[in-house]
Amino acid sequence: MSINQPSAPLVGTIEKSPKISLIGTLAMLVEAPGDFDLVQQGRIWALADALSCWPNVQEAVIGVTNVMLVFDEPPADIGMLGASIVELWHRVASRKADGKIIEIPVIYGGELGFDLPAVAKHTGLSARDIIRIHSEGDYTVCAVASSPGFGYLHGLDPRIHMPRKSVPSLNMRAGSVTIGGMQTGVAALTSPNGWNAIGWASVVMFDALREQPSLMLPGDRVRFRIDRIEL
Amino acid sequence: MIEILTSAAFNTIQDLGRHGARRFGVSTSGAMDPVALAAGNALLGNDDDAAGIEIQTFPFRLRFQADAAFALTGADHATTLAGSPVRPWWCKRAGAGDILGIEAPRRGARVYATFAGGIDVPRVLGSRSTHLRAGFGGLEGRPLQAGDVILVGRREVAGRFDFGVAPPDVAIVDAAPADDRVLRIRVMRSGEYDLFSEAMQATFWSTRWKISAHSDRSGYRLTGGKLTLDTPVELRSHGVVAGVVQVPPAGEPIIQMSDANTAGGYPKMAAVIQADLWRLGQATPGSFIAFSEVSYQDAVAAMAPVNDYLAGLRAVAELYRAL
Repeated sequence: MSINQPSAPLVGTIEKSPKISLIGTLAMLVEAPGDFDLVQQGRIWALADALSCWPNVQEAVIGVTNVMLVFDEPPADIGMLGASIVELWHRVASRKADGKIIEIPVIYGGELGFDLPAVAKHTGLSARDIIRIHSEGDYTVCAVASSPGFGYLHGLDPRIHMPRKSVPSLNMRAGSVTIGGMQTGVAALTSPNGWNAIGWASVVMFDALREQPSLMLPGDRVRFRIDRIEL
Repeated sequence: MIEILTSAAFNTIQDLGRHGARRFGVSTSGAMDPVALAAGNALLGNDDDAAGIEIQTFPFRLRFQADAAFALTGADHATTLAGSPVRPWWCKRAGAGDILGIEAPRRGARVYATFAGGIDVPRVLGSRSTHLRAGFGGLEGRPLQAGDVILVGRREVAGRFDFGVAPPDVAIVDAAPADDRVLRIRVMRSGEYDLFSEAMQATFWSTRWKISAHSDRSGYRLTGGKLTLDTPVELRSHGVVAGVVQVPPAGEPIIQMSDANTAGGYPKMAAVIQADLWRLGQATPGSFIAFSEVSYQDAVAAMAPVNDYLAGLRAVAELYRAL
């Protein structure tokens, strides 16, 4: 039962409203209209900040230009709730990537960056160029999802985009620095992983016993620094 | 304390789940059949979310190292305590040294062993559930194995413990499957339902789906039909919850369950309603399910009999214990 809100109050500008749909009675997905960009993502962060304080909202789970609300109890009036969210979306100001800056020292290549040669082959660049381009980037944590502490990083240079593998590596080590499609990331768990490992970093991405379990949070910025190159 | 004597793979400590940590990428975990776990706790006078052992591989044996009251709920199984049969959906007192042996269920997938006072393992991010993939919660974040010693019920529990209740699939009238060979699961449409053609939607409702062998606490893969889109869509990664029915490009739906990833991106056909998730949690690989559509209002209303059942059970159990 998806409910779309076709018309929102128009205040000078005409902008499409987010798509609102239900996943059962205890979850509601709010998807921003239009293409991905950091301004829309920033509006999602701001929307999530506001909605997580609303009554009956157990948490606001940020995705890539979307946010899923999880409720304590099924909302009494879904239509009204959806309309209120749409109304808030149209007046919420985009939040800048104003979180902390996380510097991650990377051992590029070597035993744990075993996909670097494949990335070089795919992109036509030398391993050193890939390492330079990757380590010069300025990345933004869009969302933390998929596995504990795993940040979806935006900002990978298109020259080093590399499709995910069709057959995942069986046991990729936690801390592996990876490229998957147009994204880069740091594996938070040792597990099967379809992304391409280009290096490894000795950072604890997630610790369930910490008060703040995830190192990365939406709105943080990430810089990868060359610790060592093993070719 | 109890000592695990025999445990095959994937028997874990679970409570009603770890809620509020999805935003850190942490899936909820928790009992696949939350009604059975809550019922076991109610029989014993525990809080609803006290942790128990979810047993899904058999046989499972444990030894009580001290006197303790326990309950067995969930799948219909044969169990013995110190050699004498114990009925399912029953609570009892065990003496120090007694061995509890649980055999493979005749019907259903998961048995819950609960103990008066609950299982005493630390809460991690608010829950005692085992998060297998990340390796925390429960007992050291891993499945139970022979030799494990677990602290249970530190507080002394008074009262009589030798009674049982009717399981929910008997007690809740509309929960009983009309056709014993196909489990009817009620769902609501979800986000991308309308993107599927009428023919594909019809296939979704009419197919007798088989739960494949590649199904576990993370999700159930269904076979028996193919649901494809005329124009494939790529969704941006977004949060999902247990019960969501997603359709990957290959066309065979997957229902996410307790250990599901916090995020997904496949088109969402439907979502299993909360009142039927526990029944799905008892469905075994190889068995068949079919979907029926309900409205939001009906999905909300369907929880009333489940809540009434648990409340009634708790009240009756309190009376019995006081006898």
